[in-house]
Amino acid sequence: MKEINDLNLPDDVKYTKDHEWAKQDSDTVTVGINDYAQDQLGEIVFVELPEVGDAFSEGDEFGSVESVKAVSEMYIPISGEIVQINEALEDAPELVNESCYDNGWIIKVKPDDVSELDNLMDKAAYLDMLKG
Amino acid sequence: MNQQPGRSGLIFNEPLLWEKSREGRCAISLPNSDVDRVELDPELTGDAPELPQLSELDVVRHYTRLSQWNFGVDSGMYPLGSCTMKYNPKTNEVQAARQGFAGAHPFSGDEFSQGAMALMYNLEQYLAQITGFNAVTLQPAAGAHGELAGMLMIHAYHAKMGKQRSKIIIPDTAHGTNPASATLCGYESINVKSGEKGILEPEIIAAVMDEDTAGIMVTNPNTLGLFESNIKEIADIVHAKGGLVYGDGANMNAIMGIVKPGEIGIDVLHLNLHKTFSTPHGGGGPGSGPVAVTKALEPFLPIPRVEKKLDSYKFVTDCPDTIGRLHTFYGHFGVMVRAYSYILSMGAKELKNASTLAVLNANYIKESLKGTLNLPYDLPCMHECVFNDEFQKKDHITTMDMAKRLLDYGFHPPTVYFPLVVEGAFMVEPTETESKEDIDQFINAVKAIVKEAKDDPEKLKKAPLLTKVTRLDEVTAARKPCLRG
Amino acid sequence: MRYLPHTKKDIETMLKVAGHSSLDDLFNCIPDDLKTKNTIDIPESLSEWELNAHMEDLASANIACKKYNCFLGAGSYDHYIPAIIPYLISRSEFITAYTPYQPEVSQGTLQGIYEFQTMVTELLGMDVATASHYDCGTALAEAALIALRKNKKVNKIAVSGLVHPSHRQIIHTYISPTGYEIIEIPYTKEGLTDVGALKGMDDIAGIAVQSPNFFGNIEDLKIFKTIADEKKVLFITSFTEAIAYGLLKNPGSFGADLVAGEGQSLGITKSFGGPGLGLLAGTKKQMRNLPGRLIGKTKDANGDDGFVLTLATREQHIRREKASSNICSNNGLNALTAAIYLATTGKIGIREIAQQNHDNAVYLKTSLEKVGFESAFDTPFFNEFVMKVPEGFEQKRDALINDKCTFAGISLEPFYPELKNHYLFCATETISKDDIDQLAKEVQ
Repeated sequence: MKEINDLNLPDDVKYTKDHEWAKQDSDTVTVGINDYAQDQLGEIVFVELPEVGDAFSEGDEFGSVESVKAVSEMYIPISGEIVQINEALEDAPELVNESCYDNGWIIKVKPDDVSELDNLMDKAAYLDMLKG
Repeated sequence: MNQQPGRSGLIFNEPLLWEKSREGRCAISLPNSDVDRVELDPELTGDAPELPQLSELDVVRHYTRLSQWNFGVDSGMYPLGSCTMKYNPKTNEVQAARQGFAGAHPFSGDEFSQGAMALMYNLEQYLAQITGFNAVTLQPAAGAHGELAGMLMIHAYHAKMGKQRSKIIIPDTAHGTNPASATLCGYESINVKSGEKGILEPEIIAAVMDEDTAGIMVTNPNTLGLFESNIKEIADIVHAKGGLVYGDGANMNAIMGIVKPGEIGIDVLHLNLHKTFSTPHGGGGPGSGPVAVTKALEPFLPIPRVEKKLDSYKFVTDCPDTIGRLHTFYGHFGVMVRAYSYILSMGAKELKNASTLAVLNANYIKESLKGTLNLPYDLPCMHECVFNDEFQKKDHITTMDMAKRLLDYGFHPPTVYFPLVVEGAFMVEPTETESKEDIDQFINAVKAIVKEAKDDPEKLKKAPLLTKVTRLDEVTAARKPCLRG
Repeated sequence: MRYLPHTKKDIETMLKVAGHSSLDDLFNCIPDDLKTKNTIDIPESLSEWELNAHMEDLASANIACKKYNCFLGAGSYDHYIPAIIPYLISRSEFITAYTPYQPEVSQGTLQGIYEFQTMVTELLGMDVATASHYDCGTALAEAALIALRKNKKVNKIAVSGLVHPSHRQIIHTYISPTGYEIIEIPYTKEGLTDVGALKGMDDIAGIAVQSPNFFGNIEDLKIFKTIADEKKVLFITSFTEAIAYGLLKNPGSFGADLVAGEGQSLGITKSFGGPGLGLLAGTKKQMRNLPGRLIGKTKDANGDDGFVLTLATREQHIRREKASSNICSNNGLNALTAAIYLATTGKIGIREIAQQNHDNAVYLKTSLEKVGFESAFDTPFFNEFVMKVPEGFEQKRDALINDKCTFAGISLEPFYPELKNHYLFCATETISKDDIDQLAKEVQ
């Protein structure tokens, strides 16, 4: 497993305490799991996705990622409606391992209130949390 | 004596059934039909299923070859912790195959099934005697099914008392089935940690037990192989708040004739006939999971129940408080016959002896290997002991590597990575039927492997080397599931 | 005791290593007040020969000990079991192995169950079959739970009143603690599930229909699929007689989402009702909702084909309280038995056996009609059917059991109180024309 200093943690996304990331595009927010989460889980074999149109409140469980011998729930960082899911993950869950911020994104949310993103951590705060 | 049982030999490749199939072959002697053929409406009939077409020898050779790729208790020591892989006596199989049992139709009627019912009635009595409870049901089809039955009874008990509860206490050493069974009854699991000595502390239970908690699920001896010596105090705490104590009897093989769970505050207990009572595991089942209860819980037992009136037996379904039915008929009768044979072959004295020797074997292994492997809880153990791979970490060798290498030495590995409270757990349960010589061979094998871990770690990483297949790609199996040919 | 290998000397040596002075000392970690003061009050141990005598006594107290004519079905069926089945399944490498957690030394069980899964999907026309369950009733209860959990808005499931009565009871036991309910679909005078009544049932999470149903009649599964689609709920089918699908159109071809079945007919002894074999199959979409073990094909490190337990994340040991089921075994040995049976009968054999079951049942029904029995339903059936019996039949039936070891049908009254004097009859390939003629003569 990676040392904390080896983690790929981009500056242009926000982080949750449960190791998801969120990034505002124009009118949607893209959500995935971060490098720390994918590294801890190891080889991901399945991603359980919500359905387009499902609505969630911040902190709700919206899906899960599975390795061979572990399941990890994902919690939504922002309230809103799912407008798109990454269908490529159905056949290629390994995208989350290979490219967690890019091809391995998980959902796109139309947020109820974009300012909820301000509650999330930036890279520095997230790193502090990891270091305890 | 130093020679290990494992070696390579001639095993055969064997394709999948349908790869051997040839149009027109059939391996069964078809009955001669002497009545008129009556065609069903073609709307209702389909094409014949595309099953393989083989000769009788094709089938015999196929399954004989497959069997040779398996490891069983009859092949060698199988010290799988928490699974009690003891010897499965052959006379049990003979008894279960008697036409009067194997051929009995479940709806023959009570009057014509007295032998089977007598056997069930007696077995219930014997299990009640062994466990110290008032009544037993044999209906649950497996340990997990028994656990469900027990939890359903706790659920029904609270309903009957007038107020359903919402939570159940489950220690961190529990089998994964415990929380899953609790969920099926709608209970939220409250997880509690064991104390430093690997057993439950009464204070911790007292802190979480309240009047909205249905009870506690305890495995005793626990999955660390330790006896929960505070059990009586814990039971008192739970009972004082109106809760019940569920006992997971998976580890009953350690305490027959020593402790009767019904006498130490446990209200309901499931047994695994395929563990303690020597019935075979069959590559994953069928098992049988009888449940024993106190007098207070007897009204909730599943139906039908076997009752004895004078000298005859009948099935009774008129039980207003019953949790209902759990199996289409009466449970796994064939498994009951085997366990009954075992108990009669042993008698009370040898059952106690079996538990005593199971505990002796485990303690002998614990002491013999404790400098070789790390022993996180160095306490007198019951029928199993839990090591881990702490000493091997510096060589980057894991429990899994050692387990796989044991296969080359001719042993089935212990249970690995369970219980979850021990990181890299290596859980050894030898059972009483292994002799000192076989155990010594196992100990020597583990010592040799630990030496290899230092001298030739690469060999362990590649193990097993002598088996039909090497380590399998479980990631691809789960990513791209191929579940049929 | 022949199962316990320890000599006196072994015990002494081992105690010394373990640091204990006596065998009793081994239990010092148990407080004295928790140790039992009572002995285990059971009979003295028996020698193998005494055991044989005792067990034969018990077995003989069951009528089945003799050659008997079994016109009984209702979930447990009398079929020929070829000699190679008990012979092969007795191989101790199959019997004395545990769950195949170490795949490198369990390829026999694993390939055997993979082939079982494949043949079950073939028999039922489904995409995925599990490595088996306890019995049909428990498999059906699991299927009902899948439907109920999927639909968060409703808490009821529609179950045909012609699903095996025990299976309906098991579903009730499984689902009621969490607040779910069964709505029972009534049956028509044709002995079929009442489609009209079902249409009026709203707020359900699924529809469960057995075919052939408990009366032996073949249901029109197409209609139920249409209704399930209209209501946007899961369509579950079940069956107790697996041989039927050697002849009948399979549930997959009608679009069933989940199928639960009993596989006892596939080479497994009746054994007083258990262990049987629970079959559970689904469409690809349901794959990850199916509880219980699944075996998958993969490659080993050398690139050779091999098999492993897979999709384990669905299971209780990983998901714990979030697992949908607590099942952690399968009726593995019986699944392997069924696989051997299906490989033995093959495509040709299963068709012929199924056809003979139907032919014999039709001949039995016609013969009974000729001696005053009345057909209860004029509906196509497979190998079971319901007859209204003439007065005095019950006494004759008891005499037949005692005198001729012939079991003539099962009274339906305990299951359906409205069906007084109605009996469920069954004829399989083990019944000959002579047996039927004899029965007709006796009950005349």
